[in-house]
Amino acid sequence: MMKDDAQTPLLRVRGLTKTYGGRIGCADISFDLWPGEVLGVVGESGSGKSTLLGALAGHLAPDRGEVIFDTRAEGPRDTVTMSEPERRMLARTDWAFVHQNPRDGLRMNVSAGGNVGERLMAVGARHYGNIRATATDWLGRVEIDPARIDDRPQAFSGGMQQRLQIARNLVTGPRLVFMDEPTGGLDVSVQARLLDLLRGLVRDMGLSAIVVTHDLAVVRLLADRLMVMKSGRVVEAGLTDQVLDDPQHAYTQLLVSSVLQV
Amino acid sequence: MNDYNFAYLDEQTKRMIRRAILKGLAIPGYQVPFASREMPMPYGWGTGGVQVSAAILTPGDTFKVIDQGADDTTNAVSIRKFFERTAGVATTEHTGEATVIQTRHRIPETPLTEDQILVFQVPIPEPLRFLEPRESETRKMHSLEEYGLMHVKLYEDISRHGHIATSYAYPVRVEGRYVMDPSPIPKFDNPKLDRSPAIQLFGAGREQRIYAIPPYTRVVSLDFEDHPFEASKADHPCDLCGAEDSYLDEVIIDDAGNRMFVCSDSDYCASRQAQGHRGRLSPEVA
Ligand SMILES: Nc1ncnc2c1ncn2[C@@H]1O[C@H](COP(=O)(O)OP(=O)(O)O)[C@@H](O)[C@H]1O
Ligand SMILES: [Mg+2]
Ligand SMILES: [Zn+2]
Repeated sequence: MMKDDAQTPLLRVRGLTKTYGGRIGCADISFDLWPGEVLGVVGESGSGKSTLLGALAGHLAPDRGEVIFDTRAEGPRDTVTMSEPERRMLARTDWAFVHQNPRDGLRMNVSAGGNVGERLMAVGARHYGNIRATATDWLGRVEIDPARIDDRPQAFSGGMQQRLQIARNLVTGPRLVFMDEPTGGLDVSVQARLLDLLRGLVRDMGLSAIVVTHDLAVVRLLADRLMVMKSGRVVEAGLTDQVLDDPQHAYTQLLVSSVLQV
Repeated sequence: MNDYNFAYLDEQTKRMIRRAILKGLAIPGYQVPFASREMPMPYGWGTGGVQVSAAILTPGDTFKVIDQGADDTTNAVSIRKFFERTAGVATTEHTGEATVIQTRHRIPETPLTEDQILVFQVPIPEPLRFLEPRESETRKMHSLEEYGLMHVKLYEDISRHGHIATSYAYPVRVEGRYVMDPSPIPKFDNPKLDRSPAIQLFGAGREQRIYAIPPYTRVVSLDFEDHPFEASKADHPCDLCGAEDSYLDEVIIDDAGNRMFVCSDSDYCASRQAQGHRGRLSPEVA
């Protein structure tokens, strides 16, 4: 079967629902993500953003719904019903996940080079010199001095750790990146630098990404489109500028106005 | 003497251990859980190996025990005595005469045969634990053959030391499938694991795991293309028997700090000396 990227969404989500013992985590979420597109997910704390991201990335088993990913080999496949080995294979090849807390996404007892090299080795790289050269290159791309390649992340600042986590995730050229509050927990000045870097990488690599954040400045800079969540549901969706400049839903208006007051 | 069943363990326990051994042989390199029993010796004294030996010994067997290659350490002597007492089996120090050899930290230099079983004492059976302490996760990694992490460990080695510095418990891939910790044998012994005619059984008492390598199984040491595995040893001949091909211990021989290199496999060394082989420090022949 011929695949037509222009007509096949990279990710097609339908009716995705995850509850925690009767309480709604996220409910009835549907959207398409197109190749090269960055989708922002915003909403206050507890609105279900992390639950949605976890259910999309296969970290949480949803109660209902489909997460159909356009795989390289076989075209669109529902990742909810595929076998765990297949899903884990996706997770270390075509997908990447950047955690809010770099400690959750890094191996703290492994050097920076080993952290970046792990995904390469996971997909079969067996030439030390090449792995190291690639790791060196990627440290440079995320603005970490390559001389620090043998240092462990413990010795790094929070911003460096987050940049290392990004390098570790992007090194295998994933087609879809999930990010949960990638700038959360960082100082404002550090956030700005990280955002700049992320924007450059997203543009250069033509990445498709889903970025969860409570920070509207982040989506303003990174996201093409936006979903606004409240109490586990999407209350408004559209092009980022439209939603932020002309919010229709009362909750979105509140979100936007509260950021203007900051 | 006979307050005990043959070889100390009761028949039901032995059957349970034999089932684990058979499962291990059927799935080479796979760690089979088993219900480890209290043995009249502390963990760390090879209770895993002792239980495996107890389950496989028959009255007709000849039993040998080595500890770091030697038959005469406290540990080796006490395990040998234990089975002399509880099973009444013949014992030997000669590799060639033994049918069952229990070992800690070495594989004998004398090539093993189809008529022999080698039982390894294992302290830590999980090769992935170093980087992934969660057992739920390592079990998943084994079942899905996600072994990239093993190479991360070797990568870290090279980045820190310029070469793969792991010299004991060097990880192997068994029959192209399971990654296995061969117990703390020197990596010099790793090639002996490969396609061995003998059955190789591994018992971890504290961790309650048994695994196995059936005869003639492919066992490959992990490495990188540009840092290939090397079965290295001290670059010396044995000072007592002149052997060039055996694993050597370095021994301080006087207060001036002079050293000598001798075979760690004491039976191998003694046999060679008995055959007339001589090393640098051998006594003059009259
Ligand atoms: N592991 C969990 N167990 C029970 N409830 C949870 C769990 N994780 C999240 N929730 C609940 O689900 C809702 C959505 O939470 P979450 O997805 O973390 O929101 P956000 O990321 O937007 O802050 C909240 O009501 C939260 O309390
Ligand atoms: Mg969250
Ligand atoms: Zn010798």
